[in-house]
Amino acid sequence: MKQIAVVATNTFREAVRDRVLYNLIVFALLLVGASLLVGVVSIGIERLVLINLGLTAIWLFGIVIAIFIGIGLVSKEIEKRTLYTVLSRPVRRWQFVFGKYCGLLGTLAVNTSCMAVGFFVALFCLTRHFQRADAWLLVAIYFVVLQFAIVTALALLFSSFSTSLESAVYAFLLFVIGTFSEDLRSFAQAAHGAVRVVATMAAYLVPNLAALNVILPVAHGQPLPGSLVLYNTLYAGLYSAAAIAGAVLILERRDLK
Amino acid sequence: MNRITAIFAAVLVVSLTAAGLVLQRIDRLRAAPAAEEALYLPSARVLKRISLGCDGLLADVYWTRAVQYFGGKHFQRARRYDSLAPLLEIATELDPHLVVAYQFGSIFLAQQPPEGAGQPEKAVSLVERGIRANPAEWRLYYNLAWIEYDRRNYAAASRAFERGAQVPGAPPAMGVMAATTAQHGGEMETARLLWTQIFNTTEDKTVRATAIKHLQALQVDEDIAHWETAVRAYRAVAGRYPETWSQLLLAGWRGHILDPTGRPYRLKPDGRIEVQDPDQLPFITRGLPPGRDAWGLTPEQRKAIQSVEPR
Amino acid sequence: MSAIETSALTKSYRTGFWRMAEKCALQPLTLAVEEGEVFGYLGPNGAGKSTTLKLLMGLIFPSGGRAKILGMEIDDPRVKAQIGFLPEQPYFYDYLTARELLEYYARLSSVPARERRRRIEAVLSRVGLAEAAGVQLRKYSKGMLQRAGIAQAIVHEPRVVFLDEPMSGLDPIGRREVRDLIQQLKEEGKTVFFSTHILADAEALCDRVAVLHRGQLRGVEVVADLSRRMSGKVELVWQGSAAVPAIQALGAEIHATGETIRAVLAERQLDAALDALRGQGARLTSLTPVRVTLEEYFLERLESPPVRGAGLEVQELAGPPSSRGEGAR
Repeated sequence: MKQIAVVATNTFREAVRDRVLYNLIVFALLLVGASLLVGVVSIGIERLVLINLGLTAIWLFGIVIAIFIGIGLVSKEIEKRTLYTVLSRPVRRWQFVFGKYCGLLGTLAVNTSCMAVGFFVALFCLTRHFQRADAWLLVAIYFVVLQFAIVTALALLFSSFSTSLESAVYAFLLFVIGTFSEDLRSFAQAAHGAVRVVATMAAYLVPNLAALNVILPVAHGQPLPGSLVLYNTLYAGLYSAAAIAGAVLILERRDLK
Repeated sequence: MNRITAIFAAVLVVSLTAAGLVLQRIDRLRAAPAAEEALYLPSARVLKRISLGCDGLLADVYWTRAVQYFGGKHFQRARRYDSLAPLLEIATELDPHLVVAYQFGSIFLAQQPPEGAGQPEKAVSLVERGIRANPAEWRLYYNLAWIEYDRRNYAAASRAFERGAQVPGAPPAMGVMAATTAQHGGEMETARLLWTQIFNTTEDKTVRATAIKHLQALQVDEDIAHWETAVRAYRAVAGRYPETWSQLLLAGWRGHILDPTGRPYRLKPDGRIEVQDPDQLPFITRGLPPGRDAWGLTPEQRKAIQSVEPR
Repeated sequence: MSAIETSALTKSYRTGFWRMAEKCALQPLTLAVEEGEVFGYLGPNGAGKSTTLKLLMGLIFPSGGRAKILGMEIDDPRVKAQIGFLPEQPYFYDYLTARELLEYYARLSSVPARERRRRIEAVLSRVGLAEAAGVQLRKYSKGMLQRAGIAQAIVHEPRVVFLDEPMSGLDPIGRREVRDLIQQLKEEGKTVFFSTHILADAEALCDRVAVLHRGQLRGVEVVADLSRRMSGKVELVWQGSAAVPAIQALGAEIHATGETIRAVLAERQLDAALDALRGQGARLTSLTPVRVTLEEYFLERLESPPVRGAGLEVQELAGPPSSRGEGAR
């Protein structure tokens, strides 16, 4: 387990030094600017716009990072042959994969936390006090982190067998489809015959990011059922585990030329 | 290393399966959430701007959601369809040429719950937008006319038909409908004509199904009116109400004994005729058991609908 | 117990668009390297040297045969703690400094915490990177990277060190430093297995060499034995071109630079040659026996047919064959 931690820490350090965290500054400026602008432009829904803008920005920034760093996690190490010296040591390939995953997810978690702090500060500046409904914002952010867990795992899976550019496209496509996965399932239900079978299988294989996207209802102060939080966490954990297992299986059998 | 492969293969299979099961649970929890999100979108125009050019695809998504939403809630005999209008508005904003959405909306926004959202004004504005975006689409005038007809604004319905008749390529029947509606607005034949034409001018399954239901209801109303006349005439001669159909038939009366769903009408001792199963025949105005209005609701249920908080 | 043993270790790839054609990168290789040896693995480019090293490191999976390091199968995780590896043209995480890099690798190799600091500093000064230790690797020259590479290969004090073309791309000073390092490793009793196509380095450093060509083992020889072997030729250098025809008649190779003539001929012709020279009054500058060079051995081996573990005892490796890779890609 120690090996996993070592690889994870190194991955984290790489992400940090990769100037990735500069987006925090961009984000902070964006939020500040937006909240100022919003106050001038639209009356009565400033809070709504700020929340929508802020949460969506956190979400999209994170997804982009998850995909673009995630797809390089393994493939870059193979391409640059840094993996050779790592694997000549008492590190198993599966430990390496886990470590990479934890490192990137950890980076995203830290990143998101910083952004979340910035967001709540901006919200406070705008509304001057917190409402009870604001607690649901935390849940929305938590769900966004769960999305990161899934997307990172998928990016890692692609990274284990594909080169960077293709992987980015596949990962992004899966992300978009996943956001509309509930519609895909409705479509599958309405279809018939072979199309229905294929569509249903696809609808279940595709990551269900739709249920994790609660920005809109939360912005309107809608409460969320507690069991949803539990099931979503469970789902994210299981799906990510499956994707990582896939990555491990591929890497374990691969000749690293 | 085979042990590692075996372990992770097992993890893969088990987690994927378990994830699928959890997903089913989640779906059950989130009954119509995608649809209800439509309520929260600031406006359809905003969505259009951020859709990055995938308007057509997104329009289809929202149209599909609208149909699913309505179908699901209708099955549960819902009282409110708050998200229907927003969904249709978004779909048609993204794709103004989605004619089937205007047709669908014109009927299911206007009809009273549980057969529709009970929002005829929204229905009118939707169809008017559809007409503006598709000036050559004469079919939409049928839909517009019907909304007004249903509200008994026969003059407005007639005007809608007139406008439609002006559209190049419109069938001559529209002109006829304009005249008929103006003169014989409240009559059964007019309504029958209207619904038959709506049935013929749409490809949407749901709209057609509802057109059939309306036509059946018209048939029932006609039958019941006929039989009630017969029963009164019988009483005038025999001094009492008939108890069986054979009595009426022997007296020389002819007509439909079975309703359009194939169930026999019931002769009631107080001279009324009732349908056997009102739930199968929405939209009928006659032959209902006492205490139920035209939409199959008791007064308490109707009051309950009107007092529910918007969601 | 040998430090490194292979038994019919083979690797073939499926190539071509539909992966139908099979290309053999390494023919069955049977080899043994003793502990404490410096073993040179020679061959032209594309011979299969890197393939062999990667097989031994477990980076690729054998199509057949087995290998053991320090008596343990190569897929045994305990092996990795005892070996160090420097890949060809290495590249490291360029956002790290040399010290951080070694820290990372030392942790991965489970070097105990209290030892770590000391060993890292020791290794850094040993490879001459003590001053640049705090600089990010992206700023390093090729030679410095190579030295960092060697540092990570030895920081955990492995018993066997594998180096893939350690001198490649280095200037003469760099090569000298690497040679000295390898010499030091030998003195510490480590086994060094390195591949190269620069024969001079191998000749200077190695106890034994193996020659690989087109995936086949062509010969294994003790370097010292080579030089002791007389080729049976002598080299004469004298002044005066008059004697040339006579010497040439004896079947000698002649190289002339002005009045200085150099001739190589068979040893048994020596007396006849000296007579010829004396007869012409030529002034003899030097007379040297010619020894077999590694280069000659190498070239000769390239032409000859392949051998199976020539000059060595081949022990059958006990136990079940390698669990992965039988018939795998």
